[in-house]
Amino acid sequence: MARMKFLCDAERCIECNACVTACKNEHEVPWGINRRRLVTLNDGKPGERSISMACMHCNDPPCAAVCPVDCFLQTADGVVLHSKDLCIGCGYCFYACPFGAPQYPRTTDFGSRGKMDKCTFCAGGPEPDGSVEEYQKYGANRLAEGKLPLCAEMCSTRALMAGDGAVLADIYQERSLRRGYGSGAPGWSTAYGRNDRGSPFGPGGPGTGGA
Amino acid sequence: MRPLHALLLLIVLLAAPTFAQAQLYQVPGQNSPTTKEQVPLYVPQDDKVIGRVSIPDEKLAVLVQPEGREWREWRSHTLRLAIGGLAIGMTAVLAIFFLYRGTIRIHGGRSRRLVLRFNWADRFAHWTTAVSFLIMALTGVILTFGRPLLIPLIGHQAFTPLAEYAKSLHNFVSVPFVVGLLMILALWLRDNVPEKADWIWIRTAGGLFSKAGGHHPEAGRFNAGQKMVFWSIVLGGIGMAATGYLMMVPFAFTGIGGMQIMHVIHGLLAAGLIAAVIGHIYIGTIGMEGAFDAMGCGVVDENWAMEHHRRWYEEQLRKGYVEGRQPAE
Repeated sequence: MARMKFLCDAERCIECNACVTACKNEHEVPWGINRRRLVTLNDGKPGERSISMACMHCNDPPCAAVCPVDCFLQTADGVVLHSKDLCIGCGYCFYACPFGAPQYPRTTDFGSRGKMDKCTFCAGGPEPDGSVEEYQKYGANRLAEGKLPLCAEMCSTRALMAGDGAVLADIYQERSLRRGYGSGAPGWSTAYGRNDRGSPFGPGGPGTGGA
Repeated sequence: MRPLHALLLLIVLLAAPTFAQAQLYQVPGQNSPTTKEQVPLYVPQDDKVIGRVSIPDEKLAVLVQPEGREWREWRSHTLRLAIGGLAIGMTAVLAIFFLYRGTIRIHGGRSRRLVLRFNWADRFAHWTTAVSFLIMALTGVILTFGRPLLIPLIGHQAFTPLAEYAKSLHNFVSVPFVVGLLMILALWLRDNVPEKADWIWIRTAGGLFSKAGGHHPEAGRFNAGQKMVFWSIVLGGIGMAATGYLMMVPFAFTGIGGMQIMHVIHGLLAAGLIAAVIGHIYIGTIGMEGAFDAMGCGVVDENWAMEHHRRWYEEQLRKGYVEGRQPAE
């Protein structure tokens, strides 16, 4: 089975923010929630690079390890999802996440946080595929329709790629070879450097690392 | 001036294509990969990478923060070891001590004459702080240990509402805790200033290990042990409140690294305070006869006062706070 990954080629990204906009539109993400964002490194200096970043769907997800209510699950494709029915909005996953992926809607003026929201790799949530509840809580489930994440699908320079990690790696290495340089896949050592758990896990299942 | 400008513009326009060309068409150099395998995918990443974002959420400018790995280790293992280890260790030490010493009796028996020890304000401050602390300790422990201990028992569906209420209660009860803490500080600060007599108390361990009883180092209103509890609760409590409130307004004053440190400080202080309070509860209840009366009804037995707080007892006697005895002239 495919192991789903994101790969953002920093040499190609032109910081057009189309991926960010596509994500917000596709999933009707509320104001203030940034499932995907663009970070520019060395802004205005030689060697400036922009990287589109969202949840990387890590092999050994730190968010799942620190969650006090054990609300995360990983699909057979390696996509890391979470249950908003179980989440209590404590914010621990943001402290543990290396990429700043978890987002929290502000529910009151006193800064209390609502249930966490993050990139789902366009794979919805634990609810039945394509159900209304799933769409309302997690947004569209494109994966169930046989489509890949919209951010990558509409990237004009093909900088952001989503899909089977082995295929992405092949494309990236091929193109780096042709153009003569490549600075590595941003975040890959952090996200996929650790061994995969081998089998999907879910709330209550063994091997979420924190229990 | 004008011809000069035009000349400069011309130079720039002519130079531009060559400049752009140098940027766009990179010629494979010495370090260029010659096979696909040479293109790196996994580049070691050990430092925080911070860039710039065009969205209002400034904290998202952090692209990668490997420190999360250490925090994960802390949250998943170290924190549980610290809280559980200290609490269980303290309980074990107290259990051994109880077997050795039993309840410390009033040496001269009860005289049935009562001395005022804590008035209503003292007791209000104490119990406000105490009840808030116990609620926060319990809810905090639920959030820390619930996943390995409670979820297997009650399941995910039941644990989430429990954790949700625990979280809200933990936040809400911090307000009375701070009120009680400030009252305690104002009411008892004067009597908790370290003095020379405390050194003798510490050296003799307060007579805790002298089984014969009755040989207590002289003490004022509070002995060195009580002063240690006072300062742990006051300083630890202020530290917990400060870090706790900052965690309630996440990222208002600090970034991701600061929030992680805040959580570590909060957890370490919690571990220390929970252990200290277990000891405090022990000596105030089953550990010593007559001690609970002080906070229970505010008055203590005259013999208890004379044995444990002789200097304070004499002050109370002078002030006329001893039932059935005239103030000394």
